[in-house]
Amino acid sequence: MDFSRRDTLGLALGAAALTVLPFRVNAAAEDRIAEFTGGADMGEGGLTLTAPEIAENGNTVPIEVSAPGATAILVLAMGNPTPGVAQFNFGPLAAAQSASTRIRLAGTQDVVAIAKMADGSFVKASSTVKVTIGGCGG
Amino acid sequence: MISRRDFLQVSMAASALVGASGFGNWSRLAAQQALTQDQLLEFDTFGNLTLIHITDIHAQLMPIYFREPEVNLGIGAAKGQMPHVTGADFRRFYGIEDGSPSAYALTYNDFSSLARAYGRVGGMDRVATVVNAIRADRPDALLLDGGDTWHGSYTCFHTEGQDVVNVMNALKPDAMTFHWEFTLGTDRVTELVESLPFASLGQNIFDAEWDEPSELFKPYKFFERGGVKVAVIGQAFPYMPIANPGWMFPEFSFGIREENMQAMVDEVRAEGAEVVVVLSHNGFDVDKKMAGRVTGIDVILSGHTHDALPEPVLVEQTYVIASGSNGKFVSRVDLDIRDGRMMGLKHKLIPIFSDVIAPDPQVTALINAQREPHVDQLREVIGRTADDALLYRRGNFNGTWDDLICDALISERDADIAMSPGVRWGPSILPGQEITREDIWNVTSMSYGAAYRTEMTGEFLHVVLEDVGDNLFNPDPYYQQGGDMVRVGGLGYRIDVTKPQGERISDMTLLKTGEKIDPAKNYVVAGWASVNEGTEGPQIWDVVENHIRKLGTVNVTPNTSVEVVGA
Repeated sequence: MDFSRRDTLGLALGAAALTVLPFRVNAAAEDRIAEFTGGADMGEGGLTLTAPEIAENGNTVPIEVSAPGATAILVLAMGNPTPGVAQFNFGPLAAAQSASTRIRLAGTQDVVAIAKMADGSFVKASSTVKVTIGGCGG
Repeated sequence: MISRRDFLQVSMAASALVGASGFGNWSRLAAQQALTQDQLLEFDTFGNLTLIHITDIHAQLMPIYFREPEVNLGIGAAKGQMPHVTGADFRRFYGIEDGSPSAYALTYNDFSSLARAYGRVGGMDRVATVVNAIRADRPDALLLDGGDTWHGSYTCFHTEGQDVVNVMNALKPDAMTFHWEFTLGTDRVTELVESLPFASLGQNIFDAEWDEPSELFKPYKFFERGGVKVAVIGQAFPYMPIANPGWMFPEFSFGIREENMQAMVDEVRAEGAEVVVVLSHNGFDVDKKMAGRVTGIDVILSGHTHDALPEPVLVEQTYVIASGSNGKFVSRVDLDIRDGRMMGLKHKLIPIFSDVIAPDPQVTALINAQREPHVDQLREVIGRTADDALLYRRGNFNGTWDDLICDALISERDADIAMSPGVRWGPSILPGQEITREDIWNVTSMSYGAAYRTEMTGEFLHVVLEDVGDNLFNPDPYYQQGGDMVRVGGLGYRIDVTKPQGERISDMTLLKTGEKIDPAKNYVVAGWASVNEGTEGPQIWDVVENHIRKLGTVNVTPNTSVEVVGA
């Protein structure tokens, strides 16, 4: 028999990572938002969050945030055990209020960005990133 | 005849649009019982620009049979919308008569008997004749290849795509985009792309390390045709490293990259493009969604999901055109571009009836030259189908080809359960037809065809079915990968396509005992086309060949193991 130990291990790891789908929102994420906004209402618009719809590799997912005029942008992976990804602060001399990074996602979940604007208001953008086994493209 | 309702839909959207297509002719031809090459090609040249679209050839250089799907479910907003309409409903929508050539070409009913009446379809030498005829009308027509070209046959596998490249180059395409080509691996795909005498496009093909546009593939190319400045933007298959083995081309990253598509459209418009064409391998529903969100695209030539539609679908200001697969169709799209904008469109989906369209002798000779070194292997007869057994693949759930492949895996690999990928390529075999080695490779050939044998828990099997189910039935097209449901043998299940991921699949049953699948228990599973690196096992085409050789005559029994609800 051509039983492959390596395959089985690979599949088993995949199983461990994918049994709960999608990942639930971690309560710590809500706490972190409340801390950042002080409980203020969040509007929409003026903040662009660019993330893939389906992650090519959940261990390194490229994302980009951009909010002209923002003083800070908070990025959260809502379903990760540790939801905080990054907080980008922009000083008055910053040429552009945008940043890109790569994040690790434990499973399918929403990635949320919240920007604090110069007038103290907040805007929010959200994007669902799917983490999948894949393998059946037509 | 073209239905009045459709004509109104199309004409209201763009008042300058003239005569939606030559499609109505087919029904008339059926009544006349006469089908000629001239009639198939009949087209009153329109406007000042012609596009010729062919896509998803899957290396089918020779004429084949190809049965369209019986089950092609649309989810959410796509429910009941084209292309998620099949059979009699499809014929009614387009006013196609039962038993007509168009019924044979576009729907599944009575396939075996209609196939005997109308013969094989496709063949790149016939396609060459059609392309040449269109170029005789409009010498500077653009020929655009939507990809999935260098994959899917014995000769393509053994020449690593060179046979198809040689034949396609003879047709002189102007641009191409990509999907399965990448499964040749980075080195080979790079070598072939660098050899091409035409543009290789993909605005969404990025360098994985730097997340910047790939240097090998350009986002778009300008053409000056008919006095018009045309921009063709490429859109490769977005989910290559997910649906196919990413380890074979780790240097590349894809994705839909809608924001970059908008940026490219804006860029080409700013540079003076009078018409913007997207050559896409997104899949039809993804293209529809993109057409509604990205502004400034005139025409999307859509590939990947293998849909063949006799009319364009209009989304906002964008026409989406689906041109089938396996060399079965060519779309001709004539555009009237004036004052820097599209004023009208005329379209015809031309079916390549192999017995009606004369082969181009030069391309026939070229195809024969590619096949010559392999011809003994190709033609060896392995078995035959029973007099009532049709082998086909297309459909959201099991096709009879897949049932046969799953049977081969269970029997040859001594497994409880078999899994076979839900791909949409692979020609059909008629009842009472010989099955050659070439036929088996046409439905199995790939660069990662090892047939693994492993153990999976019942829980993991459920996760796999849920995961693939969501790739197909997620209501948001941007989360769909465009294949069909993974095919299973030895396992029954119930699927509610309206439910969210994790809740669609229930009642999983081990068919050989009738017992419910136990989440905690291990089952021996045989499958193929794993995207994992290092997968071991015999090649799937050898497994299937051994099985068919033992059977001699292949019988087909109705597959009732998947219960679909919510459709």
